[in-house]
Amino acid sequence: MMKIAVASGKGGTGKTTLSIALTQAISGKVTLLDCDVEEPNCHLFFPVELDETLPVTVLIPVVDEDLCNSCGKCAEMCQFNAIICMDIDPAMVFPALCHSCGGCALVCETGAISEEECVIGCIEKRTIAQDKTLISGRLNIGYSLAPTVIRAVNREQSDNQITIIDAPPGTACPFVATVSESDFTILVTEPTKFGLHDLSLAVATLREMKRHFGVVINRSEQAENMVTDYCQQENIPVLLQIPASRKIAESYSRGGSLLDVMPEMKLDLLAMLKQIQAMIGSKI
Amino acid sequence: MKIAISTAGNNLDAQVELRFGRASSFLLFDTDTRNFSMLDNSEQVNAMQGAGIKTAQNIVTAGADVLISGHCGPKAMQVLNAKNIAVYVTEKNVIGTAIANLQNGLLEQITTHDVAGH
Repeated sequence: MMKIAVASGKGGTGKTTLSIALTQAISGKVTLLDCDVEEPNCHLFFPVELDETLPVTVLIPVVDEDLCNSCGKCAEMCQFNAIICMDIDPAMVFPALCHSCGGCALVCETGAISEEECVIGCIEKRTIAQDKTLISGRLNIGYSLAPTVIRAVNREQSDNQITIIDAPPGTACPFVATVSESDFTILVTEPTKFGLHDLSLAVATLREMKRHFGVVINRSEQAENMVTDYCQQENIPVLLQIPASRKIAESYSRGGSLLDVMPEMKLDLLAMLKQIQAMIGSKI
Repeated sequence: MKIAISTAGNNLDAQVELRFGRASSFLLFDTDTRNFSMLDNSEQVNAMQGAGIKTAQNIVTAGADVLISGHCGPKAMQVLNAKNIAVYVTEKNVIGTAIANLQNGLLEQITTHDVAGH
């Protein structure tokens, strides 16, 4: 089994394009996880029915207004401003901001705070082709606990197959939660200053986390560019370059895959997987 | 009546800060005595989240009856409404003028948020 996260610093560099192409290139059982839970989009490329939807819940505080003595200890405890207490009024809870730490219930001296389940998002399962399953996480609008939904998505997939993870952009908590679950991280970037800048942030984060990773350059126009220079300097493997091609963009905009227009890239993708496998010493 | 005005300054000639939740301080003006005091809100400037909620709590606890700011989001509004704080919004202005405008009925009162959650 092998879990590969496809991430990037900058958004819009080709995470979904590469995740889907990889899923299609590998023969046999593959699970594709869409962990960009704030705006999952992998399902847009597979016009199939939903197999199953599961709620993702967390515990949030509920205040018993008769027991609350308005001491304010809960509000003082909360580092997320999710519960406040004013004057002689009972404490007021903002579920969307709660990180479910349970601290407010612990410090409440009158036992006024109990915890109840609150739905913050869902997991959607689809069979997208024979042996290919897509599991997408979806965080409800207004809620902030993306990592909780990401971890729930990761718990849904079975362990005896290849898993490709479409990661959220950036280098913040959702990115960290996603790459923590994987054996290897592919950082997709583009040879632009923005691409390079955000790549360097992602590299710094992965190094801090001591994760295996390599770089794929998308929309590449020259074999040697500012990203290859950077990778050489930093001793980071460049796994693949995907050419800048209007064909690919047009296909993507119609919900098509990279392999629809460049089927020859399947061999490059499989060669890249072999390289990754060798780097982490795992069997596919 | 006590008026809370969001600001980055510390006197009546300072500009009204148009952001509510992440204002670094509030000037509390007492219309009876015409004196004012300052309320520090710097902890919320870089709050991870929920700055509006906590700031609303802070001005309630400081005893404000009326708020003048630039904008107000939905969660802060929920807190201010719960405590019957009248919320007035102003364009770019100095605090002294904003208070005079309030007293002359020239400021717009809002009872629902005028900007989305952020």
